[in-house]
Amino acid sequence: MSEPQPALASSQPLVPSGILAMVLFIATEILFFAGLISAFLVLRAEALVWPPLSQPRLPVALTGVNTFVLLASGWTVHRALVSVRGGGGGLVQWLGATALLGALFLGVQGFEWVRLVGFGLTTSSSLYGATFYTLVGAHGLHVLAALVALLVTWRRAAAGRYTPAEHVGLDVCRIYWLFVVAVWPILYVLVYLV
Amino acid sequence: MTGAAHEEPTSFLRKYVFSLDHKVIAKQYLFTAISMALVGGLLAYVMRMQLASPGQEVPGYGMVSPAGYNTLMTMHGTIMIFWVAMPLLLAALGNFLIPLMIGAGDMAFPRLNRLSYWTFLLSTVVLISSFFVPGGAAAGGWTTYPPLSGSAALSGGAWGVTLWILAVALEFAAFLMGGINFITTAVNMRAPGMKLFDMPLMVWMQVAASVIFLFSVGPLIAGAVMLLLDRTAGTGFYNPATGGDPILFQHLFWFFGHPEVYVILLPGFGVIAEILPVFSRKPIFGYRMIVYSTIITGILSFMVWAHHQFVAGIDPRLATPFSITTILISVPIAVTTFAFIATLWRGSIEFKTPMLFALGMLGVFLLGGVTGIHNGTPAVDIYVHDTYFVVAHFHYALIPPVFFSFLAAIYFWYPKMFGRMMNEVMGKLHFWLTITFVNVTFLPMFPLGLMGHQRRISNPNFFEALRTPEVERLHDIATIGAIGLLLSQIPFLINFVWSLFRGREAGPNPWRATTLEWATTSPPGHGNFEVAPRVYRGPYEYSVPGRDEDWLPQNVSG
Repeated sequence: MSEPQPALASSQPLVPSGILAMVLFIATEILFFAGLISAFLVLRAEALVWPPLSQPRLPVALTGVNTFVLLASGWTVHRALVSVRGGGGGLVQWLGATALLGALFLGVQGFEWVRLVGFGLTTSSSLYGATFYTLVGAHGLHVLAALVALLVTWRRAAAGRYTPAEHVGLDVCRIYWLFVVAVWPILYVLVYLV
Repeated sequence: MTGAAHEEPTSFLRKYVFSLDHKVIAKQYLFTAISMALVGGLLAYVMRMQLASPGQEVPGYGMVSPAGYNTLMTMHGTIMIFWVAMPLLLAALGNFLIPLMIGAGDMAFPRLNRLSYWTFLLSTVVLISSFFVPGGAAAGGWTTYPPLSGSAALSGGAWGVTLWILAVALEFAAFLMGGINFITTAVNMRAPGMKLFDMPLMVWMQVAASVIFLFSVGPLIAGAVMLLLDRTAGTGFYNPATGGDPILFQHLFWFFGHPEVYVILLPGFGVIAEILPVFSRKPIFGYRMIVYSTIITGILSFMVWAHHQFVAGIDPRLATPFSITTILISVPIAVTTFAFIATLWRGSIEFKTPMLFALGMLGVFLLGGVTGIHNGTPAVDIYVHDTYFVVAHFHYALIPPVFFSFLAAIYFWYPKMFGRMMNEVMGKLHFWLTITFVNVTFLPMFPLGLMGHQRRISNPNFFEALRTPEVERLHDIATIGAIGLLLSQIPFLINFVWSLFRGREAGPNPWRATTLEWATTSPPGHGNFEVAPRVYRGPYEYSVPGRDEDWLPQNVSG
C-alpha cells in the first residue's frame, strides 16, 4: 500500500469534529440528568411529606453564593476563548481563574456534605438524603471531570498550543465546562429551593 | 484530537492488537462478539434441554436448579442483546463499513475507536467473571427489575447484579464512544462530492441507530446508578418500604430498552438495503422514503416504552396513547419493508447466499413485526404478557436482524474483509438449515404462550396446568429446533475458517456493486484507498440504460 492518506474530508467541515463530538456527548449527558431529575420529581411527588420532618434542612444561602461562584467560572472560561481569538495575552490566566473557581465550588460542596452528614443526612437516612446525594453528587463528579479536562487544557495553553486560528481543543473544553455550569442552577432550584 | 491520518504501523502488536485501523477494530469486535454468541447459544441449549426434560441432567452441564435457571436466562438475554447484537451490528459492521462506504481513510477519532474496543473487551471480562463469583452471575432477568435486583439477598448474591451493572455500564461507555465516532465520521469525513443523500443506506441506518442509542442511554444509566446505590449505599430508590418506587426503574429501563430494539433493527435493515439492489440488479426502491421512514421510526421509538408495562401497575389511561404510538411505529417499518420488496420487483434476482439471508430476514421478521402489533394492544397483551408468546415474538423480532442480517452481511462483505470468497454450497446449506431450525425452535412458543405457559420458569411441571402432553410435545419440538440451530452453525464456522485460507481470490468487486467499499482492494490496505475517491452519484445505479455494464459505481465519472 502507498503512503498513508491524509484525512479525506470533502471540504472544511461546518462544525469541527471535536466540537460535534462534544455536542453529541452533551446531548447524552443532558438525557442522563433528565433521567435523574425525573426520578427525583417522581419520588418527591409520591412522598407524603417532603422534606421529611426529621431530616436536616439544606444550606440554601451558602449554596446560593456557591452557585454564583460556578456561574462566574462560566464567564471566565468564555473570556479565555475571547483572549485566544483576539491573539492577545490572558488565556492562561482566564483558564487558571476558571479552574480556581471550579475548585472553590467543589470545596464548598464538600464542606457542606461533611456538615450534612454530621447532622444525620446520609444516603440511607431517607429518600430525601438519597436523592440529594445522588443528584448533587452526580453533578459534583461532572465538575471534577471537567476540572481535570480544564487543567489539561490549561497546561496546553501554557505550552502555547492554542493559536487564534487553531484552538478546537480549548473550545471543546469550554463547551463542556459551560455544560456543567448550566446544569447546576437547575439542580439548585429543584433540590434546594422548590 | 481530530483527523484520521495516522502512520501505518509496523509491529505486530500495533497492527493487530492495539490497532487504530477501523478495519482491525471491526474484526476485533467481530471475533469477540462471535465468541460471546457461542456462550449465549450454549446457555440457550442448557435452558432448552431443561425445559424438554425437566429435572434431568443436561449433558455437558449437569442438573439445572431453579436459581441456576434464573442465571441462565438472565445471562442469555444479556449476552445476546448487549454482547452479540450490538457489537456485531453496530460496532463490527459500522466500524468496518462507514469509513469505506463514505470514502474516508479511517474514523474521525481513531484513538477513541481503539479505546472503545478495549473498554468493550474489559466489560466482556467483567461480565464473564461474574459467573465465577460467590452466589454466581446475575439472576434478575436481562431487565434486572428491582426490588428483587436491588437486594443482594433476593438476587442470587452480593456480586452478580453489581458486576452485571458494572459490565453493562462499561459496555455502554464503549458504545457511547463508538456512536459519537460514527456520527462525526459520517458528517465530517465524506469523500468529495458525496452529499447526504448519496450515502449508502447502511450509513444512514448506522447513524440513525447511533443517534437513538445516544439519546436513550442516559436515562438508563441514571436508573442503573440508582440501582447500584440501592445495592451498595443503602438508598431505597426502588424499595417501597422506604418510599421508593420499583415502577420508576421500569420507566427508565424501557425508555432505553425499546429504542434499543431499533438500535439493533436499523443496522439490520441497512444490510438488507445494501444487498437487495446488488442481487436484483436494480436501484433500491424509494431511497428517500426509506431515509424518512428511518427518521420517523427513530422519533417514534422514544414514545412507545410503556407498552412493556401494561400490567405493571401503570395508570390504565396511559395504556391507550402508548398502544397508539406502538401501532403507529409499524407504519414506517412497513414502508421500509415494502420498499425492499418493491426493489425485487422485476429485478434479475440472483439467489446467492447473502441474498438468501437477506430475504430470509424479511420473511422471518414479518412474524415478529405482526405479533408486535398483538402485543402492543393492551387487550391482547394483558393475556399474553409474561408468556412464551412474548418470548416467541421478540425472538422473531431480534433473530432476523441479529442472525439473518448479520450472516447476510458476513457472506456479502467477507470478500472485502478477508480478500477471499466464502463457499456458496456450504453457505446455502447453512441458510436452509438455519431458517428451518429458527422456525422449529420458535414457532412452538406461540401456542405454548397462548396455553398460558409463563416465561422464565425453570420447570413447567411445577404448575399443574402445564403438566399436559401438548406442552411437553411443544417443548420437545422447540428443543430439537434449538439443538438443530446450534449444529447448523457448524457449516458456517467451517466455511468461515476454510475460506480464510482456501477461498477463491475475490478481487476488488466480486459482486459488481456500486458503493465505494468495492472501489478499493480486498482487503483494503492502510488508509483504505490508494487514490482518494470522488463521488459523482447516488449509491444504487444498477441497470443504467445505455451502458455496456449494468452497474455504475459511485466514484466513476460520466
